[in-house]
Amino acid sequence: MQDFANWALETARVRGASYADARVMDIRHRDLSTKNGQVGTLAESESLGIGIRVIAQGSWGFASTDRLTRVGIAACAAEAVAIAKASALAKLHNVEMTPVEVYQDTWQNPYVKDPFRIPLERQLEMLLTADREMSRVKGVTLTETSMAFRRIEQLFASSIGSVIHQVKTQSGAGIVATCFAGNEIQKRSYPNSFGGQHQLAGYELVESLDLVGNAPRVAEEAVALHSAEQSPEGAKTIILDSSQLGLQIHESIGHPIELDRVLGMEANFAGMSFLTLEKLGQLRYASDIVNVVADARLDHGPGLGTFGYDDEGVPAQCTPIITSGLFTGYLSNRETAASIGLKRSGGTMRTESWNRLPIIRMTNISILPGAWRYEDLIADTDDAILMETNRSWSIDDRRYHFQFSTEIGWEIKGGKKARMLKNPSYSGITTEFWNSCDAICSRKYWTLWGTPNCGKGQPMQTMGTGHGAAPARFRNVKVGAAFAKA
Amino acid sequence: MTLAVKSARKGRTAARRVSGAAVAGEHMLSDAELRRIAEKVFRLSDADETEVEISVTSDALTRFANNTIHQNVAEQSLSVSVRTVFDGRTARATTNKTDDDSLGRVAAASAALARSQPPSPDLLPMPGAQKYGRVQRYFENTAHATPADRARAVARVAKMAGKNKQTAAGIFTTGATQFAIANTKGLFASHRQTRAEFSITILEPDSSGWAKANAPGLDLIDPVALARSAGEKASASRQPREAAPGAWTVILEPAAVLDLVGFLFYDFAGTAVEDQRSCFNNRMGKRIMGENILLHDDVYHPLQSGAPFDGEGLPRQKVLLVEKGVPRNLVYARATAKKMKAKPTGHGMPLPNEWGEAPLNLVFTGGDSSLDEMVRSTERGVLVTRLWYIREVDPYEKVLTGMTRDGTFHVEHGRIAGGIRNFRFNQGILEMLSNVEMLGPAVRSAGEESFEMVVPPMKVRNFHFSEVTKF
Repeated sequence: MQDFANWALETARVRGASYADARVMDIRHRDLSTKNGQVGTLAESESLGIGIRVIAQGSWGFASTDRLTRVGIAACAAEAVAIAKASALAKLHNVEMTPVEVYQDTWQNPYVKDPFRIPLERQLEMLLTADREMSRVKGVTLTETSMAFRRIEQLFASSIGSVIHQVKTQSGAGIVATCFAGNEIQKRSYPNSFGGQHQLAGYELVESLDLVGNAPRVAEEAVALHSAEQSPEGAKTIILDSSQLGLQIHESIGHPIELDRVLGMEANFAGMSFLTLEKLGQLRYASDIVNVVADARLDHGPGLGTFGYDDEGVPAQCTPIITSGLFTGYLSNRETAASIGLKRSGGTMRTESWNRLPIIRMTNISILPGAWRYEDLIADTDDAILMETNRSWSIDDRRYHFQFSTEIGWEIKGGKKARMLKNPSYSGITTEFWNSCDAICSRKYWTLWGTPNCGKGQPMQTMGTGHGAAPARFRNVKVGAAFAKA
Repeated sequence: MTLAVKSARKGRTAARRVSGAAVAGEHMLSDAELRRIAEKVFRLSDADETEVEISVTSDALTRFANNTIHQNVAEQSLSVSVRTVFDGRTARATTNKTDDDSLGRVAAASAALARSQPPSPDLLPMPGAQKYGRVQRYFENTAHATPADRARAVARVAKMAGKNKQTAAGIFTTGATQFAIANTKGLFASHRQTRAEFSITILEPDSSGWAKANAPGLDLIDPVALARSAGEKASASRQPREAAPGAWTVILEPAAVLDLVGFLFYDFAGTAVEDQRSCFNNRMGKRIMGENILLHDDVYHPLQSGAPFDGEGLPRQKVLLVEKGVPRNLVYARATAKKMKAKPTGHGMPLPNEWGEAPLNLVFTGGDSSLDEMVRSTERGVLVTRLWYIREVDPYEKVLTGMTRDGTFHVEHGRIAGGIRNFRFNQGILEMLSNVEMLGPAVRSAGEESFEMVVPPMKVRNFHFSEVTKF
């Protein structure tokens, strides 16, 4: 890998680049799934290549290739420089970046069990057993299970002398039971929807989820939803479970704090942000009890946004995003940090693969735990809807107005969890919603969720992000608009 | 990688070094080169049956914002995917390392995966050689577009925006892809196509406009015209006022139609109906949309793109999906067709998978009403340029939620009266397609939520806007 990177940097220099960095990435995937008791997907893939990013004539160029010969890499580096020179045809100013120290380091996330060394038969057996346990429940019409494993080995080298080798191992799994009856399709997922739970961890994560033990409950709830009452419309107190709160953080905090959005760089596709620059340090984003960080350090946990260094060689760090309700920080890279006068990058440049340009991505955007025991929070709540497990999500292109629905709801009456509710949904304006938060559960109920499917960029890149969250309560929230009858 | 392929590539690489910047056309392989890779894998595999899929991508994308290029990228890749079958068990392994050792390893990995599972009762023997319809979707000028070509076009539209005191952001991409499938039963199919796409958002302090086009050939893309259209929308929607949510008559431009009806595509899969997760469960043959809705899947349509064969190498067929508002047919992969006692339609996804099949070349038949006529005939309504962040709320009633974006206008007394703040909608798509009052000519449309399709603009009554945002 080191030779490949050196060849790239040398060619870029000779061709006229004033700065260059190269990422050699070797990515391995294993994906397994079952459906209705049979194996669905069973696939492995590997992909090795190099991405070369340069500044020439004050503009950016990027090229990538999987032809890892000296000739192939030299051609790719020359192409990156030629592209940068073409970029300069429509240049308004030269690219400037905040400085970064030179690092020569290696980093890898800890794990107990290598998921790629666990026999496939054992992995399939767990999925098929969970699938069977769900199928046994009368009324279930579709059962699905899945596991996904990733290993990303990468070497970053830059023209300032950094050489950083990192290896990340990621595991995830989940199950889903679906029930079609009458004119409704209802489903329940565990431990989360859209693929389950994913972390920077080994196979021990999958074993800890107890997919088989949870399968009957998941299936029973999917069937029971058909006889549940419709969740009401109006203004209500709501309690979100930690996985739904994780997605709420992702959409209404994680995306709007991306500085490339704020500066208009994503205006054509992912959109912009309501968090314009004058709001930094001024905006009451949330109520006083809300503290949110962007933390890529291993100390924060094994999230999908955990790493040693970002993809432009900046060390992982923790940035306070919301501090006692006040908006205090953006997600930045070396270029955007310089453009708003910050002294250093926030270290959030990440790339999906060797053939994609690193862009600003969420790391682990987490709400810090509060003080409440979950049982006390329920007991303290007179009249509310508890919403669990995301079903749909949508937010406008400046991240003001959102609408979420969850797979299941529970009526909270007089401090007790009462009847099941189907089709719960809620909507609102980001800052109004976060300012209505009046209770957050403690560390004991806090989970670092993985969102493996965050899309951004052109060409589109899918990235894993982490979101630590505990159940939390919000007052006077609009509920039921998604299913309101006109 | 075979010696012949190496040699051919070396020649191309040498040519590329002269100009410095590669163009997509230099990276495509001949059928003979593709066959040689497949045959190499066949020799390395000891499976009962072996299938090889080869994908070649050469794409470049120039991205601009704030009236300047801020990202400018290119990628070249080649991947080889091997599916093996042993005693009714199958699995897939994929690599982009094409030396002999790596091809041997990927064949062995596929075999190890296949052998690790119980036999599948639904697995069919691989198909033999097939005959395919002809499509021509590869254009030399597109395959040979350079970074400088794209940068010059971007510089022109950025200058236009600056002159109008507007801000432009968008992309200009060109490239070529190639896909081949071969198996040990004698099947071989290959397809190459080019792609060009230009998308632009024009921003003003309190408004925006958007336009996008996508085509296999660069000649059909006019960046200046698209920039002008987006700029006019931004100007016309300045100082948007807030309108009350509720049931509105809407005029949906093609991109807005595309991103809504695109959510129906998988519901037409035989497997989706078999799994009881399609909105067409118990509704086939019943009128559930308006009589003016006619929908086919047709890879051979002149405005469509894509290969004339599916993930198993079967020829894609034109399929009538909806006639006069009645869902008539589904699409089927081979195994699904056998299970559901139907005929395969050539819409299967690469095996193994749990999804079965899907129509990827939807063509809505349009009408003859122009957008102007739709506006003129509307007493009170909303003209929608584009939708955003659409997600499914109710899978059976096919209720979707999402936002309007980049050009939402109030229509009053047959005229566009100005911009309005963006709405959230919660709308059943089957209900919407029952309320279509006017249809315009169908065009190849590009949005952000769905793949490109041929769709018309529509005027729809009683479209449900549930809330409004702050801009």
